[in-house]
Amino acid sequence: MKFSLGKYLLPTYVFLTFLFLGIPIAYTFVFSFNDSIKSNIIWRGFTFDNWLNVCNQQDVCDAFANSLIIAVSATLIATVLGTMIAIALVRYKFKFRSATNLLLFLPLATPEVVMGAGLAAQFLDFGWPKGMLTVIIAHTMFTLSFVVVTVKARVATLDPALEEAGRDLYANPAQVFMKITFPLLLPGILAAAMLAFALSFDDFIITQFNSGSIDTFPKFVYTAAARGIPPEANVIGSMVFIVAIAIVVTVQVRSSIKQRKLAKK
Amino acid sequence: MSIDFGAGGKDLELVGLRKEFPGFVAVENLDLKVPAGQFFALLGPSGCGKTTTLRMIAGLENPTSGKILIGGKDVIDLKPHERPVNTVFQNYALFPHMSVIENVAFGLRQRKVDDPMVKAQAALDMVELGHMAERRPAQLSGGQQQRVALARALVNRPALLLLDEPLGALDLKLRRQMQIELKYIQMEVGLTFLHVTHDQEEAMDMADIVAVMNKGQIEQMGAPEKLYDRPKTAFVAKFLGQSNIFVGEVSETNSEAVSINFKGNKITAPVARSEKTTGKIAIGVRPEKTQFHATKPEATSTNNVLGPGEITDIRFTGVSNQYLIDIPEIGEIIVFAQNVGKSPVVELGAQVWVSWQVEHSFGLADLPTGKEDA
Amino acid sequence: MAFVALGGSTAAKKQAPKKAGRVALLLLLPGIAYLGLFFLTPLFSLILTSLKTPSASGDIGRYDYAVEFGNYLFAVEQYMPQILRSFMFALIATVVALAISYPLAYFIAVKARNKPLLKGLLLTLVIAPFFISMLLRTFAWKQIFSNDSWIVNTLKSFGIFGTDSYIIGTDFAVIFGLVYNFIPFMTLPIFSNLDRLDLRLLEASGDLYANPITTFRKITFPLSLPGVISGTLLTFIPISGDYVVASRDFLGGPDTAMIGNVVEANFLRIQDYPTASALSVLLMAAIVILVSAYVRRSGTDDLL
Repeated sequence: MKFSLGKYLLPTYVFLTFLFLGIPIAYTFVFSFNDSIKSNIIWRGFTFDNWLNVCNQQDVCDAFANSLIIAVSATLIATVLGTMIAIALVRYKFKFRSATNLLLFLPLATPEVVMGAGLAAQFLDFGWPKGMLTVIIAHTMFTLSFVVVTVKARVATLDPALEEAGRDLYANPAQVFMKITFPLLLPGILAAAMLAFALSFDDFIITQFNSGSIDTFPKFVYTAAARGIPPEANVIGSMVFIVAIAIVVTVQVRSSIKQRKLAKK
Repeated sequence: MSIDFGAGGKDLELVGLRKEFPGFVAVENLDLKVPAGQFFALLGPSGCGKTTTLRMIAGLENPTSGKILIGGKDVIDLKPHERPVNTVFQNYALFPHMSVIENVAFGLRQRKVDDPMVKAQAALDMVELGHMAERRPAQLSGGQQQRVALARALVNRPALLLLDEPLGALDLKLRRQMQIELKYIQMEVGLTFLHVTHDQEEAMDMADIVAVMNKGQIEQMGAPEKLYDRPKTAFVAKFLGQSNIFVGEVSETNSEAVSINFKGNKITAPVARSEKTTGKIAIGVRPEKTQFHATKPEATSTNNVLGPGEITDIRFTGVSNQYLIDIPEIGEIIVFAQNVGKSPVVELGAQVWVSWQVEHSFGLADLPTGKEDA
Repeated sequence: MAFVALGGSTAAKKQAPKKAGRVALLLLLPGIAYLGLFFLTPLFSLILTSLKTPSASGDIGRYDYAVEFGNYLFAVEQYMPQILRSFMFALIATVVALAISYPLAYFIAVKARNKPLLKGLLLTLVIAPFFISMLLRTFAWKQIFSNDSWIVNTLKSFGIFGTDSYIIGTDFAVIFGLVYNFIPFMTLPIFSNLDRLDLRLLEASGDLYANPITTFRKITFPLSLPGVISGTLLTFIPISGDYVVASRDFLGGPDTAMIGNVVEANFLRIQDYPTASALSVLLMAAIVILVSAYVRRSGTDDLL
């Protein structure tokens, strides 16, 4: 193996880049323990108070709860709709396929501010009041294409012969879907749902245009930035980070254990 | 043919070449000399170290110790792109984003050879793909891709051409056809070819010299017909074609012949065709050198006779029939009979004797372990 | 990755879709209708709104339907610097992010290919920033680069910075923040492309007398172009519409406003919907033109 860009140059570079990527994460985490008074700018000493009494900052907690409700709802709807589209795209031949592909591609190629402003303009035209519902509608819209992309990749790797074998072995179409197709697609669907959840939870721009007086966590941070972000926000950010990393690491470790077991056999 | 291959190939010499991977030794102190202009085949089962050997010669793998000499010069410190060696890769490794002719011209361009496109076109004409120069590799069939890969390597006039199972991905018929073409091209260009394969028929068909490799070492090396006629080890006897092998203590020996006692039967081989003449030895014979008889043939000093046994399996392979004969106390013997209508017509279950000429026996240097077929 | 995956309809062809008809329609209809209603028609609403005139009643934030192309003229005249700055920043940040991300993606996909544990760890590290709010990360940089910060003070004490120099609010700070935020968006598509790179092609190139640099230039990089293209699009498009990093409350200042900041201010603060909408339409049009020209020039038609 001799195509190396110098033996140590590249690894060193990679290490430094990860260090760079980690700096603001570490900063956020460290300052979640800051014994701050009002703004969380200067280090005033270590405390667990922020972690123990997150909801002393009622606004942060409410915003966090809203974010969860919105992300769960949008994820559910987008995953169902997106999975249906993905199956249809891979498994069926129909007219307007390229038009459908284009419609799914466009949201990925549209800046959030355009989608946010457009939807907000439409809600204005319709006279719909902005609130929780409009945010969920907006989040479902922009996560849908991501779900389709992710599930479609999985459907494409699925051997159609498996479904044919199921039919050959006397399963009706509904049984084939429930017992063969769905279980095989499940990892892809779960990955898509996780992606949708992450995108929705972290979204700010589209949310700001369509949420009215409803606060989400990113929106809270944006508003608070002018005065200084309270350490409780750092606590929530760090908590979400730890949970997400734990999930990813668990999934990876489990799959690598599985692979090793398979390799041994 | 319009390519000038100049001085042709150079000779290759491996001296004490060794490669260790964590946990196992892939190649063990290999010594090998390939004369210039020869078609040399390295034959062995998967995992025997033949591909590792090839990759070390190409410079894609660093040997743990040993020397690699091409035309008398040690190339061990040269990077792959500095070695006068080209490879036809197993899966061709054609660059998918370049046209066929760009692929072929690639090496010429790297070395700043004059008129790369003209030479590349000539190389493509040689493999009869001149009309496909502008296509992408993905638009070609497997056999055509194989020929492009060959042209891409040959056009550089390497001192040594390495072929890493280049026909492995082709179907049987195409494979046979390409074998003939490859051999023809090699004779035409006069380059040194080192061909790695696990297909014994392919190796014997094409090569001037075959080296049979097993567990990181070369078991036997020589002209194909010699190797086939007189295998020296049980592995070679089993890997290169099929063999019936009998193991027993030496019972009689003189200047001409050595005999063993095989479960009460005397089996004789010429001393000149035996590696060992004392102790417990193995004597073998090729299935096509044996005959079976409906009545017991007379045992003489010039033939070996076993039987009677029962025919338990008959396979018709076209040109010959393969019979499996089970002799009680002795075991199974394979007999090939040419399908020319001369053999006795027998049915499953028939009782027969097996015989062969002593001069066709060969004595091995080792005893079969029973794992040769694995 | 998203761009390539959606475009790659070759898989669909290979799988030989079986039957047309009602099942496909039933599967497609809800999602497509949803996108039609909440993605497509809003774009039309945006165009309609961009042509409205202030309401005759004179109330702030009320507009009547009209065909007032003057709104576009006004928007362009008023906000030309911000429009240009947006694309300038997006271009620079995309190029820098590409330069940083490519070696990273190469290392994970090629060097760590046979080390599943290392590869898993590195990939987790690449996506780790996604798991903490983008706004919190950007704000962290603001603190790190703030006027009293250790970095600024150090630069001053070494004489590199004058006493009244600062980082926050400069073009540099904004581009820095944009690059940081979009490195994972650039790295992942390039990684997923390089992950499928057949290393035997690199061996073949070396075998044909190309040195490692030539091999990279002629084989590795051209083959990774689809990944580079989707990475640059996934970076350039969101950056051109971003307004968080350039906001004065984050890394920006009075002179760093991008088109997104102007849209936000017009739409949400002063309720000048027609101007905000006109700017959005212009942004969208510019992106469509730029992207299709870029994709065509790069010769990768399988994006769509």
